[in-house]
This record gives sequence, C-alpha cells and structure tokens, in this order.
Amino acid sequence: MSTLAVVSAGLGQPSSTRLLADRLAEAASGALRSGGADVAVETVELRDHAHAMVDAALTGFPAGAFRAAVETVAGADGLIAVTPVFNASYSGLFKTFFDVVEPGALEGTPVLLGATGGTARHSLAIDFAMRPLFAYLRAAAVPTAVYAASEDWGSTGSGLADRIARAGGELAAMIAGRPAAAKDDPYDDPVPFEDLLAGR
Amino acid sequence: MQFGIFSVGDVTPDPTTGRTPSEAERIRAMVAIAEHAEQAGLDVFATGEHHNPPFVPSSPTTMLGYIAARTERLILSTATTLITTNDPVKIAEDFAMLQHLAGGRVDLMMGRGNTGPVYPWFGKDIRDGIPLAIENYHLLHRLWREDVVDWEGKHRTPLQSFTSTPRPLDGVPPFVWHGSIRSPEIAEQAAYYGDGFFANNIFWPKEHFQRLIGLYRRRFEHYGHGTADQAIVGLGGQVFMRRNSQDAVREFRPYFDNAPVYGHGPSLEEFTAETPLTVGTPEQVIEKTLTFRDSFGDYQRQLFLVDHAGLPLKTVLEQIDMLGEEVVPVLRKEFAALRPAHVPETAPTHASLVAAKAAAEAGAAEAGTEAVR
Repeated sequence: MSTLAVVSAGLGQPSSTRLLADRLAEAASGALRSGGADVAVETVELRDHAHAMVDAALTGFPAGAFRAAVETVAGADGLIAVTPVFNASYSGLFKTFFDVVEPGALEGTPVLLGATGGTARHSLAIDFAMRPLFAYLRAAAVPTAVYAASEDWGSTGSGLADRIARAGGELAAMIAGRPAAAKDDPYDDPVPFEDLLAGR
Repeated sequence: MQFGIFSVGDVTPDPTTGRTPSEAERIRAMVAIAEHAEQAGLDVFATGEHHNPPFVPSSPTTMLGYIAARTERLILSTATTLITTNDPVKIAEDFAMLQHLAGGRVDLMMGRGNTGPVYPWFGKDIRDGIPLAIENYHLLHRLWREDVVDWEGKHRTPLQSFTSTPRPLDGVPPFVWHGSIRSPEIAEQAAYYGDGFFANNIFWPKEHFQRLIGLYRRRFEHYGHGTADQAIVGLGGQVFMRRNSQDAVREFRPYFDNAPVYGHGPSLEEFTAETPLTVGTPEQVIEKTLTFRDSFGDYQRQLFLVDHAGLPLKTVLEQIDMLGEEVVPVLRKEFAALRPAHVPETAPTHASLVAAKAAAEAGAAEAGTEAVR
C-alpha cells in the first residue's frame, strides 16, 4: 500500500487550489492503480490548521490534529503540493507548513508541484519559488508541474487535462520506482559514544 | 525523590503592570527564591547560565556560592552549565571550589546553549555544539578524577602536567546531569558515563521525551551502569497554583499570553493539554506530576519552573510555599510507595558518592588481601 499525501494551501471554499489538488491526486493514484498498486490518498487542507501552524512555529512542536497532518505528510510515499500564487510566490500559509515540518522529513520524497492563479502570467512562480524550496528540502520534484489559471477551467484548448495526466503519471512512475523508504532513527539506533568521542 | 526549583533568570516585564525589574532586583529575587525553597522543605535550587540580555545569571558559581553561605541543606545546581562555550578547565575549578565552600551540596547539569551569537563571543561555533559538548566534558571528567592530566583535543589548547585545583571535595567529583531537549547524542553521552539525564520536558509533548529518555535508559544498561530502570532521570515541570482552579487560570493567563517562550501562540488550555504546564489547584499539580512517572518511569529529580514571564517575587514565593506545604509532601509519599526497592530514590549526593567510594576502596583492599593470601 502506497500513501499519497496532498497538501492544499487554498483559502477559499470551494477553492480552485483544492480543485487542482484533487485532479492531480486522481491522476497520480489512477496511474498507480493501473500499475497494480494499492493507494491511499490523504488530503491536508492547510486552512484547517492555520492557527495550529503558527502555534507550532512559535512553540517548536505541532499539536493535536495538526500533528497527525504533519505525520501523514512526513510518512507518505509521495506528495502533491499545491498553492495559490500570492504576490508572485507561494502563499505564506504554504511556506509556514513546510517551515514546521521536521528537517529531513521529505528527503527523497517524490513531489508533484501545482499552483493556481488569476492569470497565466504567474505560472513561473512554480519554477522560481516552489522548486528551490523543495530542492532545499531534498525532495524529488517531478519534471512536469501544473499551473492552472482561471481561464484554464473554462477552456478545452489550454491543455490542462493533459498536463494533469502527464504530471500524475510522472509522480506515479517515481513512486513505483522508488525503493522502500528506510529512514535512520537516531532514537532507536544512536551513534555509539566511542564514535562520538572519536569525532566520527 | 529530590524536588526543587529551576530558574532561567530572565528579566521580563510584568505584563499586568508593565513594570520591569532591575537586574539588581532580579538577582536578589533569585537568591530569595533559593532561600525560600530551602525553608519550604525543597531539596534543590538550579540556576540557568546566560550571556545575553534579558538574562542575569552569567556567573552561576558566584551566585550559588553566595546562596551556599545562606543555606544549610539545599543542593545547589545548574540548569544548565554551558559545556560548549565555557572552558572545561574553568568549570572543573569553579565547581570544585563551590563544592568545598558548600560542603558538598553541589551538582551540575551540562547543556549546550541554543543561542547562535553566544558561541562566537566565546570563540566557538554553534555548528560544533555536539563535538564541543563531547570533547569538553570528556576533559572535565578527567580533570576531576586524575590529579595530573596530559591532554590534547580539537577545541582547546593542549595541557601538559596540569592539575586542576582545588581537587574535588573528599576526592569525589560533583554528580553531573546532562540536559537535552532533543539530542540523542546527549542521551547517549549521559548513558556512557553513567551520569544523570535531565529531560527539560516543560515546553513539549511527552511522546518525544519518552523516546529520548527511553534511549538513555537502554544505553545506561548497555554501558553496564545498572538496569534501565536504575538510570538517573530528572524532569521539569511548570506550575501556577491557587486554592481555586479558576483563580489560578485568571491570574496566570496574562503571564502565559505574553511569556517569552510560548506567548502569543497556543492558548493556555491548549498548551496545558500538550505539555507539563499545570495551572490550577495543588491537587491538580499532584495529579499531573504523578503522570510523569507513568510516562517516563520512576525518576529521581523533579524541578519546577515558577519564576518566569514577569511573575512578581511575592507570587513566586507563594508558589514555593504551596509546593512545600501541599504538593511535595504528597508526591514524596506517593512516589516512594510506587518505586521498587532496587531503583535509586534520589540522584547521588555527595554523602552517597563518598560512601560508594569508601566501599569501592574497601572492596579493592579486600581483594588485594585475598590475592596476597
């Protein structure tokens, strides 16, 4: 069983960011299932955790339902991360979430990036803002990212459905081709003191 | 079980009046808190060490030496002593001197310090935090146990034929704790030496500390110091009490809401649910503190934070009175009843360490006699 975490930073209800996130999740899980895999999709709406995220930034630990959300994302086999573009970049809520996730938690995790905006003129925010963030987190972003402008939802010629299908396929292929995650746990398996003393 | 107070030594405005105490007032208040802790029947006072405003305790042994002269029974400790930015040679000298002046009523807790700029002020780099803690403590450990030390390491000038003076009182170094909030390396270090491990659990949920303390206990046994449940564990706690629970909440809320560490974040109710903080009656504090044993096993030292966030001295002293009169006597009884006989009741004291040393020497002499026969 693979788990696919979906993080949506949309603010409106209903939200076009969530709409895109759901379409991407459908495409990726569909591709995984057609390859014979069993998939569970877990969606985290950041708006639901807005206060808890600021609290976690101030106290250093995620509490309550937000802790479960963070654990879902950190433990997932793949991640779909979608944000609205605000003022030429990802939203503050989106960044705050990835600021409070433990360092190293997304190391090697396949990630599909998505963004939404009023016009197509902001589509490069994915490449100049989102990709560097996930590169820093050492996550593995798939080549195709999907940007959906308002006009894309009302036209057939914009290729949105094709982009979603291609991106979902790429994420599914990366998850399927990735060896089972085995992360070292320093609390279960500490560095022996002789090594610490020898500076190893 | 040993009970006490630990103080960060912050100078914080009282949010209900806007008044900020002077450094002189805060330093005097810390001394008054320590003296009061002894009068109330508590066992330990531990001061923080900081080298930046708004904190006053930059010179812990000066403060503890003064308190030693004004108390009879109180164990003087630290929370924490910076093993990274202090020269281990100076720690060895300062705390041995304090030990002599205080008649052995001294132990100390090693910590790294998490304020980046403090490190370069003392010629160090925070990125070396763990290696500094490992190497410096290894030297400190030798300086207290070997009369003449030859030593070479990465982080300080070498020593040739160095003798740290005064030698520890009765040839017995002070007991050492290693404090950590999240580093498995420090739990491993404490376990290796058979020292105490203090998990400052007051600002975080228990699940994390169960893993950290679990690691320490397992490795304590691995290194042959006893069984895992005999490892020496210390925990923090944070309390504010009134006779009536609602009065406690009403009075403490402005201090909570504006506290330097967690203020303007979670609500008092949320933070109480997630961390050891208890705001309520002495009975509620007893109840919550007893759950620490359920979470972490039998432990040897419980330190309470009662004097931060701008609380006035009078209020702090009232908290210590309630701890001494109503909370600690019950906890002593309850914890003692639950603790199995093979688990140490308290952290080693000077007297117990002297006795252990004498017993070890007598054992060695006996073995020598046997060998001669």
